[in-house]
Amino acid sequence: MERKSDKKTGFFATLQQSPSTDEFIKGLWRENAVFVQVLGMCPTLAVTNSATNAIAMGLATTFVLLMSNMLVSSLRNFIPKQVRIATYILIIATFVTVADYVIQAISLDVHKSLGAFIALIVVNCLILGRAEAFASKNTIGKSFLDGLGMGLGFTFALLCLGVVREILGSGTLFGIPFFPANFQEWVIMILPGGGFFTLAAWLLIFNWAKQRKKKVVQLDNKEIAA
Amino acid sequence: MEKSAPKLLLTSSPFLKQQEDTPAVMRQVIFSLIPAILAGIYYFGISGILVIAASIAGAVGTEWIYLIGTKKKFNSIKDNTALLTGLLLALTLPPGIPLWMAFLGGIVAIALGKLIFGGIGSNIFNPALVGRAFLQASFPVALTTWSPISDFSGITQLRGHTFALPFVQSKIDAITAATPLSQMKFDSHLTELTHLFFGSSAGSLGETGAIFLLLGGIYMVLRNYINWRIPLGVFFMVIIFASVLHGVDPVKFAPASFHLFSGGLMLGAIFMATDPVSSPITHKGCWIFGMGIGFLVVLIRTFGGLPEGVMYAILLMNGVTPLINRVTQPPIYGYVKSKN
Repeated sequence: MERKSDKKTGFFATLQQSPSTDEFIKGLWRENAVFVQVLGMCPTLAVTNSATNAIAMGLATTFVLLMSNMLVSSLRNFIPKQVRIATYILIIATFVTVADYVIQAISLDVHKSLGAFIALIVVNCLILGRAEAFASKNTIGKSFLDGLGMGLGFTFALLCLGVVREILGSGTLFGIPFFPANFQEWVIMILPGGGFFTLAAWLLIFNWAKQRKKKVVQLDNKEIAA
Repeated sequence: MEKSAPKLLLTSSPFLKQQEDTPAVMRQVIFSLIPAILAGIYYFGISGILVIAASIAGAVGTEWIYLIGTKKKFNSIKDNTALLTGLLLALTLPPGIPLWMAFLGGIVAIALGKLIFGGIGSNIFNPALVGRAFLQASFPVALTTWSPISDFSGITQLRGHTFALPFVQSKIDAITAATPLSQMKFDSHLTELTHLFFGSSAGSLGETGAIFLLLGGIYMVLRNYINWRIPLGVFFMVIIFASVLHGVDPVKFAPASFHLFSGGLMLGAIFMATDPVSSPITHKGCWIFGMGIGFLVVLIRTFGGLPEGVMYAILLMNGVTPLINRVTQPPIYGYVKSKN
Protein backbone atom coordinates (compact mmCIF):
# COMPACT_ATOMS: atom_id res chain seq x y z
CA MET A 1 0.00 0.00 0.00
CA GLU A 2 1.40 3.36 -0.91
CA ARG A 3 1.10 6.14 1.58
CA LYS A 4 0.55 9.80 0.85
CA SER A 5 2.96 11.11 3.45
CA ASP A 6 5.83 8.97 4.67
CA LYS A 7 6.94 11.08 7.62
CA LYS A 8 4.31 9.68 9.99
CA THR A 9 5.43 8.54 13.39
CA GLY A 10 3.68 7.09 16.40
CA PHE A 11 1.80 3.94 17.22
CA PHE A 12 -0.74 3.98 14.43
CA ALA A 13 1.84 4.91 11.83
CA THR A 14 4.09 1.96 12.71
CA LEU A 15 1.05 -0.29 12.64
CA GLN A 16 0.03 1.03 9.26
CA GLN A 17 3.47 0.65 7.77
CA SER A 18 3.47 -3.09 8.32
CA PRO A 19 1.46 -4.42 5.36
CA SER A 20 -0.53 -7.09 7.17
CA THR A 21 -1.89 -4.84 9.92
CA ASP A 22 -2.75 -2.28 7.26
CA GLU A 23 -5.28 -4.75 5.92
CA PHE A 24 -6.96 -4.54 9.30
CA ILE A 25 -6.72 -0.77 9.83
CA LYS A 26 -7.98 0.24 6.38
CA GLY A 27 -11.44 -1.18 6.98
CA LEU A 28 -11.92 0.84 10.13
CA TRP A 29 -11.45 4.27 8.63
CA ARG A 30 -9.73 4.79 5.30
CA GLU A 31 -11.92 2.33 3.38
CA ASN A 32 -14.83 2.22 5.80
CA ALA A 33 -17.62 0.11 4.32
CA VAL A 34 -20.42 2.59 4.96
CA PHE A 35 -18.82 6.03 5.10
CA VAL A 36 -16.31 5.62 2.27
CA GLN A 37 -17.39 2.71 0.08
CA VAL A 38 -21.13 3.27 0.74
CA LEU A 39 -21.79 -0.47 0.66
CA GLY A 40 -24.44 -2.44 2.52
CA MET A 41 -26.97 0.41 2.57
CA CYS A 42 -29.96 -1.86 3.19
CA PRO A 43 -29.08 -2.91 6.77
CA THR A 44 -27.47 0.49 7.39
CA LEU A 45 -30.75 2.29 6.82
CA ALA A 46 -33.19 -0.38 7.95
CA VAL A 47 -32.02 -1.71 11.30
CA THR A 48 -30.23 1.26 12.86
CA ASN A 49 -33.31 2.57 14.64
CA SER A 50 -31.74 1.58 17.96
CA ALA A 51 -28.16 1.16 19.14
CA THR A 52 -28.79 -2.44 20.27
CA ASN A 53 -30.07 -3.45 16.85
CA ALA A 54 -27.13 -1.71 15.21
CA ILE A 55 -24.58 -3.60 17.32
CA ALA A 56 -26.32 -6.94 16.82
CA MET A 57 -26.48 -6.43 13.08
CA GLY A 58 -22.86 -5.22 12.94
CA LEU A 59 -21.53 -8.19 14.90
CA ALA A 60 -23.55 -10.72 12.91
CA THR A 61 -22.22 -9.21 9.69
CA THR A 62 -18.67 -9.21 11.07
CA PHE A 63 -18.95 -12.90 11.94
CA VAL A 64 -20.26 -13.84 8.51
CA LEU A 65 -17.68 -11.66 6.78
CA LEU A 66 -14.82 -13.13 8.79
CA MET A 67 -15.77 -16.75 8.28
CA SER A 68 -16.70 -16.46 4.60
CA ASN A 69 -13.52 -14.49 3.88
CA MET A 70 -11.41 -17.22 5.43
CA LEU A 71 -13.24 -20.06 3.70
CA VAL A 72 -13.24 -18.37 0.31
CA SER A 73 -9.56 -17.59 0.71
CA SER A 74 -8.66 -21.16 1.64
CA LEU A 75 -10.66 -22.54 -1.30
CA ARG A 76 -9.53 -19.88 -3.77
CA ASN A 77 -7.46 -22.30 -5.86
CA PHE A 78 -10.23 -24.89 -6.10
CA ILE A 79 -13.25 -22.75 -7.05
CA PRO A 80 -13.83 -22.70 -10.84
CA LYS A 81 -13.98 -19.15 -12.20
CA GLN A 82 -17.33 -19.71 -13.94
CA VAL A 83 -19.31 -20.57 -10.81
CA ARG A 84 -17.43 -18.48 -8.26
CA ILE A 85 -20.29 -16.08 -7.40
CA ALA A 86 -22.70 -18.95 -6.77
CA THR A 87 -20.08 -20.65 -4.61
CA TYR A 88 -19.49 -17.46 -2.59
CA ILE A 89 -23.24 -17.06 -2.01
CA LEU A 90 -23.45 -20.67 -0.85
CA ILE A 91 -20.57 -20.19 1.59
CA ILE A 92 -22.03 -16.91 2.89
CA ALA A 93 -25.50 -18.42 3.27
CA THR A 94 -24.09 -21.21 5.41
CA PHE A 95 -22.63 -18.77 7.90
CA VAL A 96 -25.74 -16.57 7.83
CA THR A 97 -27.77 -19.59 8.89
CA VAL A 98 -25.33 -20.16 11.76
CA ALA A 99 -25.59 -16.49 12.77
CA ASP A 100 -29.39 -16.63 12.53
CA TYR A 101 -29.63 -19.54 14.99
CA VAL A 102 -27.00 -18.06 17.33
CA ILE A 103 -28.90 -14.75 17.59
CA GLN A 104 -32.12 -16.66 18.27
CA ALA A 105 -30.38 -18.54 21.07
CA ILE A 106 -28.89 -15.40 22.63
CA SER A 107 -31.85 -13.05 22.45
CA LEU A 108 -35.20 -13.69 20.86
CA ASP A 109 -36.14 -10.01 21.18
CA VAL A 110 -33.20 -8.87 19.08
CA HIS A 111 -33.99 -11.60 16.57
CA LYS A 112 -37.55 -10.35 16.29
CA SER A 113 -36.59 -6.71 15.89
CA LEU A 114 -33.99 -7.50 13.22
CA GLY A 115 -36.54 -9.66 11.41
CA ALA A 116 -35.82 -10.49 7.80
CA PHE A 117 -32.63 -8.47 7.76
CA ILE A 118 -30.59 -11.29 9.31
CA ALA A 119 -31.42 -13.53 6.36
CA LEU A 120 -30.66 -10.62 4.04
CA ILE A 121 -27.01 -10.57 5.20
CA VAL A 122 -26.59 -13.17 2.43
CA VAL A 123 -26.99 -10.50 -0.22
CA ASN A 124 -25.05 -7.79 1.62
CA CYS A 125 -22.80 -6.47 -1.14
CA LEU A 126 -20.07 -5.72 1.38
CA ILE A 127 -19.54 -9.44 2.09
CA LEU A 128 -19.75 -10.53 -1.54
CA GLY A 129 -17.52 -7.61 -2.48
CA ARG A 130 -14.79 -8.60 -0.04
CA ALA A 131 -14.98 -12.24 -1.17
CA GLU A 132 -14.67 -11.29 -4.82
CA ALA A 133 -12.22 -8.41 -4.53
CA PHE A 134 -10.00 -9.53 -1.68
CA ALA A 135 -10.38 -13.04 -0.26
CA SER A 136 -10.24 -14.76 -3.64
CA LYS A 137 -6.83 -13.19 -4.31
CA ASN A 138 -5.11 -13.19 -0.90
CA THR A 139 -3.85 -15.54 1.77
CA ILE A 140 -5.98 -16.75 4.67
CA GLY A 141 -4.18 -14.57 7.21
CA LYS A 142 -4.66 -11.39 5.18
CA SER A 143 -8.29 -12.26 4.46
CA PHE A 144 -8.90 -12.79 8.16
CA LEU A 145 -7.52 -9.35 9.00
CA ASP A 146 -9.39 -7.75 6.12
CA GLY A 147 -12.68 -9.34 7.19
CA LEU A 148 -12.17 -8.33 10.81
CA GLY A 149 -11.30 -4.73 9.92
CA MET A 150 -14.14 -4.33 7.45
CA GLY A 151 -16.63 -5.93 9.83
CA LEU A 152 -15.62 -3.79 12.78
CA GLY A 153 -15.68 -0.69 10.59
CA PHE A 154 -19.19 -1.63 9.48
CA THR A 155 -20.26 -2.17 13.10
CA PHE A 156 -18.78 1.19 14.06
CA ALA A 157 -20.69 2.93 11.27
CA LEU A 158 -23.98 1.24 12.19
CA LEU A 159 -23.42 2.23 15.81
CA CYS A 160 -22.83 5.86 14.78
CA LEU A 161 -26.23 5.89 13.09
CA GLY A 162 -28.00 3.83 15.74
CA VAL A 163 -26.90 6.02 18.65
CA VAL A 164 -28.10 9.24 17.03
CA ARG A 165 -31.39 7.76 15.87
CA GLU A 166 -32.19 6.11 19.20
CA ILE A 167 -31.36 9.20 21.28
CA LEU A 168 -33.48 11.53 19.16
CA GLY A 169 -36.15 9.05 18.15
CA SER A 170 -36.99 7.43 21.46
CA GLY A 171 -34.91 9.33 24.03
CA THR A 172 -33.00 6.23 25.14
CA LEU A 173 -29.57 4.70 24.62
CA PHE A 174 -29.31 0.88 24.61
CA GLY A 175 -32.80 0.90 26.06
CA ILE A 176 -31.84 3.05 29.07
CA PRO A 177 -33.51 6.50 29.29
CA PHE A 178 -31.03 9.09 28.09
CA PHE A 179 -32.95 12.25 28.97
CA PRO A 180 -34.88 13.29 32.05
CA ALA A 181 -38.57 12.36 31.99
CA ASN A 182 -41.07 13.79 29.47
CA PHE A 183 -38.74 13.79 26.52
CA GLN A 184 -40.54 14.73 23.31
CA GLU A 185 -39.57 12.04 20.79
CA TRP A 186 -38.76 12.94 17.18
CA VAL A 187 -40.74 10.10 15.68
CA ILE A 188 -39.24 10.68 12.24
CA MET A 189 -35.82 9.52 13.43
CA ILE A 190 -37.21 6.00 14.01
CA LEU A 191 -38.90 6.01 10.60
CA PRO A 192 -36.97 5.30 7.36
CA GLY A 193 -36.73 9.03 6.62
CA GLY A 194 -34.67 9.54 9.77
CA GLY A 195 -32.24 6.86 8.59
CA PHE A 196 -31.57 8.77 5.39
CA PHE A 197 -31.17 12.09 7.23
CA THR A 198 -28.74 10.61 9.77
CA LEU A 199 -26.68 8.78 7.14
CA ALA A 200 -26.46 11.98 5.08
CA ALA A 201 -25.32 13.95 8.12
CA TRP A 202 -22.61 11.40 8.97
CA LEU A 203 -21.39 11.25 5.37
CA LEU A 204 -21.20 15.04 5.40
CA ILE A 205 -19.09 15.02 8.55
CA PHE A 206 -16.77 12.28 7.25
CA ASN A 207 -16.23 13.91 3.87
CA TRP A 208 -15.57 17.24 5.53
CA ALA A 209 -13.00 15.64 7.85
CA LYS A 210 -11.36 13.86 4.91
CA GLN A 211 -11.09 17.03 2.85
CA ARG A 212 -9.53 18.88 5.75
CA LYS A 213 -6.98 16.09 6.18
CA LYS A 214 -6.14 16.23 2.47
CA LYS A 215 -5.51 19.96 2.70
CA VAL A 216 -3.19 19.47 5.67
CA VAL A 217 -1.21 16.81 3.78
CA GLN A 218 -0.93 19.08 0.74
CA LEU A 219 0.34 21.92 2.90
CA ASP A 220 2.91 19.57 4.47
CA ASN A 221 4.17 18.52 1.06
CA LYS A 222 4.51 22.16 0.01
CA GLU A 223 6.58 22.90 3.10
CA ILE A 224 8.82 19.96 2.36
CA ALA A 225 9.26 21.12 -1.23
CA ALA A 226 10.10 24.63 -0.10
CA MET B 1 -19.01 70.98 -29.47
CA GLU B 2 -21.93 70.31 -27.27
CA LYS B 3 -22.93 66.74 -26.66
CA SER B 4 -26.57 66.13 -27.51
CA ALA B 5 -28.74 63.27 -26.38
CA PRO B 6 -28.37 60.38 -28.81
CA LYS B 7 -31.22 60.08 -31.28
CA LEU B 8 -30.74 56.38 -31.87
CA LEU B 9 -29.51 53.83 -29.30
CA LEU B 10 -27.96 50.68 -30.69
CA THR B 11 -27.85 47.85 -28.15
CA SER B 12 -28.18 44.11 -28.18
CA SER B 13 -31.15 42.27 -26.67
CA PRO B 14 -32.89 42.17 -24.20
CA PHE B 15 -34.59 45.45 -25.00
CA LEU B 16 -37.28 45.36 -22.34
CA LYS B 17 -35.85 45.28 -18.88
CA GLN B 18 -37.94 44.37 -15.88
CA GLN B 19 -37.50 46.75 -13.00
CA GLU B 20 -38.51 44.18 -10.41
CA ASP B 21 -35.91 41.85 -8.94
CA THR B 22 -36.34 38.86 -6.64
CA PRO B 23 -36.40 40.84 -3.36
CA ALA B 24 -39.16 43.10 -4.71
CA VAL B 25 -41.28 40.16 -5.88
CA MET B 26 -40.82 38.38 -2.58
CA ARG B 27 -41.79 41.57 -0.76
CA GLN B 28 -44.98 41.76 -2.80
CA VAL B 29 -45.83 38.13 -2.02
CA ILE B 30 -45.34 38.86 1.67
CA PHE B 31 -47.60 41.94 1.34
CA SER B 32 -50.31 39.85 -0.27
CA LEU B 33 -50.16 37.49 2.71
CA ILE B 34 -50.93 40.34 5.13
CA PRO B 35 -54.75 39.84 5.17
CA ALA B 36 -54.27 36.18 6.07
CA ILE B 37 -51.69 37.03 8.76
CA LEU B 38 -53.95 39.68 10.31
CA ALA B 39 -56.87 37.24 10.32
CA GLY B 40 -54.71 34.61 11.99
CA ILE B 41 -53.62 37.06 14.68
CA TYR B 42 -57.23 38.17 15.18
CA TYR B 43 -58.46 34.62 15.70
CA PHE B 44 -55.51 33.13 17.54
CA GLY B 45 -54.09 36.11 19.43
CA ILE B 46 -50.54 36.53 20.64
CA SER B 47 -49.74 32.84 20.06
CA GLY B 48 -50.08 33.49 16.34
CA ILE B 49 -47.53 36.33 16.41
CA LEU B 50 -45.09 34.23 18.46
CA VAL B 51 -45.32 31.19 16.16
CA ILE B 52 -44.71 33.38 13.09
CA ALA B 53 -41.74 35.03 14.80
CA ALA B 54 -40.21 31.72 15.88
CA SER B 55 -40.56 30.14 12.45
CA ILE B 56 -39.07 33.15 10.66
CA ALA B 57 -36.23 33.29 13.20
CA GLY B 58 -35.40 29.64 12.50
CA ALA B 59 -35.47 30.09 8.73
CA VAL B 60 -33.55 33.37 8.49
CA GLY B 61 -31.11 32.28 11.22
CA THR B 62 -30.17 29.14 9.29
CA GLU B 63 -29.63 31.11 6.10
CA TRP B 64 -27.47 33.57 8.05
CA ILE B 65 -25.28 30.86 9.60
CA TYR B 66 -24.89 29.28 6.15
CA LEU B 67 -23.78 32.62 4.73
CA ILE B 68 -21.18 33.07 7.46
CA GLY B 69 -19.99 29.46 7.17
CA THR B 70 -19.54 29.47 3.41
CA LYS B 71 -18.31 33.08 3.19
CA LYS B 72 -20.53 33.80 0.19
CA LYS B 73 -20.36 37.35 -1.05
CA PHE B 74 -23.91 37.32 -2.37
CA ASN B 75 -26.20 38.10 0.52
CA SER B 76 -29.15 35.76 0.10
CA ILE B 77 -30.90 37.00 3.25
CA LYS B 78 -31.64 40.28 1.54
CA ASP B 79 -33.69 38.59 -1.18
CA ASN B 80 -36.36 37.79 1.42
CA THR B 81 -36.85 34.17 0.35
CA ALA B 82 -35.91 32.80 3.76
CA LEU B 83 -38.30 35.29 5.33
CA LEU B 84 -41.11 34.17 3.04
CA THR B 85 -40.37 30.50 3.65
CA GLY B 86 -40.52 31.00 7.42
CA LEU B 87 -43.74 32.97 7.11
CA LEU B 88 -45.43 30.37 4.90
CA LEU B 89 -44.33 27.57 7.23
CA ALA B 90 -45.80 29.41 10.24
CA LEU B 91 -49.11 29.88 8.44
CA THR B 92 -49.45 26.11 7.98
CA LEU B 93 -48.76 25.31 11.64
CA PRO B 94 -51.36 24.93 14.40
CA PRO B 95 -51.46 28.13 16.49
CA GLY B 96 -50.86 26.31 19.77
CA ILE B 97 -47.66 24.56 18.69
CA PRO B 98 -44.64 24.89 21.04
CA LEU B 99 -42.36 27.64 19.78
CA TRP B 100 -39.28 25.43 19.66
CA MET B 101 -41.02 23.17 17.16
CA ALA B 102 -41.83 26.13 14.93
CA PHE B 103 -38.18 27.23 15.22
CA LEU B 104 -36.95 23.71 14.34
CA GLY B 105 -39.34 23.63 11.40
CA GLY B 106 -37.84 26.86 10.09
CA ILE B 107 -34.32 25.40 10.35
CA VAL B 108 -35.31 22.18 8.55
CA ALA B 109 -37.23 24.08 5.87
CA ILE B 110 -34.19 26.13 4.90
CA ALA B 111 -31.47 23.54 5.53
CA LEU B 112 -33.10 20.40 4.10
CA GLY B 113 -35.56 22.11 1.80
CA LYS B 114 -33.36 24.70 0.15
CA LEU B 115 -29.66 24.97 1.06
CA ILE B 116 -28.89 21.27 0.54
CA PHE B 117 -30.01 21.58 -3.10
CA GLY B 118 -27.83 24.64 -3.65
CA GLY B 119 -29.88 27.54 -2.38
CA ILE B 120 -32.46 29.75 -4.04
CA GLY B 121 -33.68 28.53 -7.41
CA SER B 122 -32.34 24.99 -7.05
CA ASN B 123 -34.78 23.31 -4.67
CA ILE B 124 -37.04 20.61 -6.08
CA PHE B 125 -39.59 20.75 -3.25
CA ASN B 126 -41.32 23.71 -1.68
CA PRO B 127 -39.06 24.49 1.34
CA ALA B 128 -41.91 25.53 3.67
CA LEU B 129 -43.74 22.27 3.01
CA VAL B 130 -40.56 20.26 3.55
CA GLY B 131 -40.31 21.87 6.99
CA ARG B 132 -43.93 21.08 7.71
CA ALA B 133 -43.63 17.48 6.50
CA PHE B 134 -40.65 17.01 8.81
CA LEU B 135 -42.59 18.37 11.78
CA GLN B 136 -45.66 16.31 10.89
CA ALA B 137 -43.60 13.12 10.81
CA SER B 138 -41.63 13.99 13.95
CA PHE B 139 -44.36 15.31 16.24
CA PRO B 140 -47.69 13.93 14.98
CA VAL B 141 -49.56 14.81 18.17
CA ALA B 142 -48.47 18.44 18.45
CA LEU B 143 -49.14 19.01 14.75
CA THR B 144 -52.73 17.80 14.99
CA THR B 145 -53.72 19.58 18.20
CA TRP B 146 -55.80 22.58 17.17
CA SER B 147 -56.76 25.52 19.34
CA PRO B 148 -60.28 26.95 19.25
CA ILE B 149 -60.71 30.42 17.77
CA SER B 150 -61.62 33.58 19.64
CA ASP B 151 -61.93 37.27 18.81
CA PHE B 152 -60.12 40.39 19.99
CA SER B 153 -61.02 39.78 23.64
CA GLY B 154 -58.71 36.79 23.70
CA ILE B 155 -55.78 38.40 21.96
CA THR B 156 -53.45 38.26 24.97
CA GLN B 157 -54.28 34.66 25.82
CA LEU B 158 -51.74 31.98 24.97
CA ARG B 159 -53.05 28.91 23.18
CA GLY B 160 -51.77 25.45 23.82
CA HIS B 161 -48.15 24.85 24.72
CA THR B 162 -46.52 27.92 23.26
CA PHE B 163 -43.77 28.16 25.86
CA ALA B 164 -43.05 24.44 26.32
CA LEU B 165 -39.36 23.82 26.99
CA PRO B 166 -37.40 22.43 24.05
CA PHE B 167 -37.36 18.61 23.78
CA VAL B 168 -39.84 18.30 26.63
CA GLN B 169 -43.34 16.93 26.29
CA SER B 170 -45.84 19.36 27.72
CA LYS B 171 -48.26 17.84 30.15
CA ILE B 172 -50.60 20.83 30.48
CA ASP B 173 -54.07 20.15 29.12
CA ALA B 174 -54.95 22.77 26.58
CA ILE B 175 -58.38 23.49 25.18
CA THR B 176 -58.56 21.88 21.78
CA ALA B 177 -61.00 21.96 18.92
CA ALA B 178 -61.58 19.85 15.85
CA THR B 179 -60.97 21.28 12.39
CA PRO B 180 -63.81 21.25 9.87
CA LEU B 181 -61.94 18.59 7.92
CA SER B 182 -61.56 16.19 10.83
CA GLN B 183 -65.19 16.80 11.81
CA MET B 184 -66.15 15.82 8.28
CA LYS B 185 -63.85 12.82 8.22
CA PHE B 186 -64.59 11.32 11.59
CA ASP B 187 -68.09 12.62 12.49
CA SER B 188 -69.52 13.33 9.02
CA HIS B 189 -70.33 16.83 10.26
CA LEU B 190 -70.36 19.61 7.65
CA THR B 191 -69.22 23.06 8.76
CA GLU B 192 -71.20 26.01 7.44
CA LEU B 193 -69.71 27.72 4.43
CA THR B 194 -69.66 31.20 6.01
CA HIS B 195 -67.45 29.92 8.82
CA LEU B 196 -65.04 28.48 6.29
CA PHE B 197 -65.14 31.61 4.20
CA PHE B 198 -64.30 34.07 6.96
CA GLY B 199 -62.03 31.78 8.91
CA SER B 200 -64.10 31.38 12.06
CA SER B 201 -63.23 27.71 12.40
CA ALA B 202 -60.33 25.90 14.00
CA GLY B 203 -57.31 25.13 11.87
CA SER B 204 -53.80 26.22 11.01
CA LEU B 205 -52.70 29.77 11.68
CA GLY B 206 -53.15 31.22 8.23
CA GLU B 207 -55.41 28.88 6.35
CA THR B 208 -58.81 29.18 8.02
CA GLY B 209 -60.13 32.23 6.16
CA ALA B 210 -60.54 31.53 2.46
CA ILE B 211 -61.52 35.12 1.61
CA PHE B 212 -58.28 36.63 2.99
CA LEU B 213 -56.14 34.25 0.98
CA LEU B 214 -58.23 34.85 -2.15
CA LEU B 215 -57.71 38.60 -1.76
CA GLY B 216 -53.95 38.11 -1.71
CA GLY B 217 -54.17 35.67 -4.60
CA ILE B 218 -56.17 38.03 -6.80
CA TYR B 219 -53.64 40.80 -6.12
CA MET B 220 -50.76 38.54 -7.11
CA VAL B 221 -52.51 37.38 -10.29
CA LEU B 222 -53.24 40.99 -11.27
CA ARG B 223 -49.60 41.92 -10.73
CA ASN B 224 -48.59 38.76 -12.63
CA TYR B 225 -46.46 37.33 -9.81
CA ILE B 226 -48.01 33.88 -9.99
CA ASN B 227 -49.21 31.76 -12.84
CA TRP B 228 -53.01 31.81 -12.49
CA ARG B 229 -53.25 28.47 -14.29
CA ILE B 230 -51.97 26.56 -11.25
CA PRO B 231 -54.58 27.66 -8.64
CA LEU B 232 -57.33 27.52 -11.27
CA GLY B 233 -56.28 24.00 -12.22
CA VAL B 234 -56.41 22.98 -8.56
CA PHE B 235 -59.89 24.50 -8.04
CA PHE B 236 -61.17 23.01 -11.30
CA MET B 237 -60.09 19.47 -10.48
CA VAL B 238 -61.26 19.68 -6.85
CA ILE B 239 -64.71 20.84 -8.01
CA ILE B 240 -65.02 18.09 -10.62
CA PHE B 241 -63.71 15.22 -8.52
CA ALA B 242 -65.55 16.25 -5.35
CA SER B 243 -68.81 16.82 -7.26
CA VAL B 244 -68.64 13.38 -8.80
CA LEU B 245 -68.07 11.81 -5.39
CA HIS B 246 -70.82 13.94 -3.85
CA GLY B 247 -73.17 12.88 -6.62
CA VAL B 248 -72.44 9.22 -5.95
CA ASP B 249 -73.11 9.40 -2.21
CA PRO B 250 -74.17 12.83 -0.83
CA VAL B 251 -74.12 11.63 2.80
CA LYS B 252 -70.66 10.14 2.83
CA PHE B 253 -68.80 12.61 0.63
CA ALA B 254 -68.64 16.36 1.20
CA PRO B 255 -69.73 18.77 -1.56
CA ALA B 256 -67.15 20.55 -3.69
CA SER B 257 -67.67 23.90 -1.94
CA PHE B 258 -66.63 22.37 1.37
CA HIS B 259 -63.43 20.92 -0.11
CA LEU B 260 -62.67 24.20 -1.81
CA PHE B 261 -62.85 26.47 1.23
CA SER B 262 -61.76 24.19 4.07
CA GLY B 263 -58.29 23.34 5.32
CA GLY B 264 -55.14 24.47 3.59
CA LEU B 265 -56.41 24.26 0.03
CA MET B 266 -56.52 28.03 -0.60
CA LEU B 267 -53.15 28.66 1.03
CA GLY B 268 -51.63 25.69 -0.77
CA ALA B 269 -53.09 26.41 -4.20
CA ILE B 270 -52.35 30.14 -4.18
CA PHE B 271 -49.10 30.47 -2.24
CA MET B 272 -47.40 27.07 -2.09
CA ALA B 273 -48.09 25.38 -5.42
CA THR B 274 -47.23 28.56 -7.33
CA ASP B 275 -43.67 28.64 -5.99
CA PRO B 276 -41.83 29.61 -9.20
CA VAL B 277 -38.94 27.24 -8.51
CA SER B 278 -40.76 23.99 -7.86
CA SER B 279 -43.65 24.35 -10.34
CA PRO B 280 -43.54 23.62 -14.10
CA ILE B 281 -42.36 26.30 -16.52
CA THR B 282 -44.76 25.68 -19.39
CA HIS B 283 -48.39 26.86 -19.34
CA LYS B 284 -49.69 23.44 -20.32
CA GLY B 285 -47.52 21.94 -17.58
CA CYS B 286 -49.04 24.34 -15.04
CA TRP B 287 -52.52 23.07 -15.88
CA ILE B 288 -51.41 19.46 -15.44
CA PHE B 289 -49.57 20.34 -12.23
CA GLY B 290 -52.56 22.16 -10.71
CA MET B 291 -55.06 19.50 -11.71
CA GLY B 292 -52.82 16.79 -10.32
CA ILE B 293 -52.70 18.59 -6.97
CA GLY B 294 -56.50 19.01 -6.93
CA PHE B 295 -57.04 15.33 -7.69
CA LEU B 296 -54.58 14.18 -5.00
CA VAL B 297 -56.04 16.54 -2.39
CA VAL B 298 -59.56 15.14 -2.73
CA LEU B 299 -58.21 11.60 -2.99
CA ILE B 300 -56.19 11.88 0.24
CA ARG B 301 -58.94 13.75 2.07
CA THR B 302 -61.70 11.26 1.26
CA PHE B 303 -59.88 7.93 1.05
CA GLY B 304 -56.62 8.50 2.97
CA GLY B 305 -55.91 8.09 6.66
CA LEU B 306 -55.39 11.80 7.29
CA PRO B 307 -58.12 14.45 7.20
CA GLU B 308 -55.88 16.88 5.26
CA GLY B 309 -53.77 16.15 2.20
CA VAL B 310 -52.78 19.47 0.63
CA MET B 311 -49.18 19.27 1.85
CA TYR B 312 -48.52 15.78 0.51
CA ALA B 313 -50.37 16.53 -2.73
CA ILE B 314 -48.16 19.54 -3.47
CA LEU B 315 -44.94 17.75 -2.45
CA LEU B 316 -45.81 14.77 -4.66
CA MET B 317 -46.55 16.98 -7.65
CA ASN B 318 -43.34 18.95 -7.00
CA GLY B 319 -41.52 15.66 -7.46
CA VAL B 320 -43.23 15.11 -10.83
CA THR B 321 -42.48 18.66 -12.06
CA PRO B 322 -39.31 17.76 -14.05
CA LEU B 323 -41.26 15.05 -15.89
CA ILE B 324 -44.13 17.44 -16.64
CA ASN B 325 -41.62 19.95 -17.99
CA ARG B 326 -40.14 17.35 -20.29
CA VAL B 327 -43.49 16.09 -21.58
CA THR B 328 -44.98 19.53 -22.21
CA GLN B 329 -41.97 21.01 -23.96
CA PRO B 330 -43.37 23.14 -26.79
CA PRO B 331 -42.04 22.45 -30.31
CA ILE B 332 -39.33 24.70 -31.67
CA TYR B 333 -40.75 27.63 -33.68
CA GLY B 334 -41.25 26.55 -37.27
CA TYR B 335 -40.66 22.90 -36.51
CA VAL B 336 -42.89 20.53 -38.48
CA LYS B 337 -43.48 17.02 -37.29
CA SER B 338 -42.33 14.52 -39.88
CA LYS B 339 -45.15 12.42 -41.22
CA ASN B 340 -43.38 9.12 -40.74
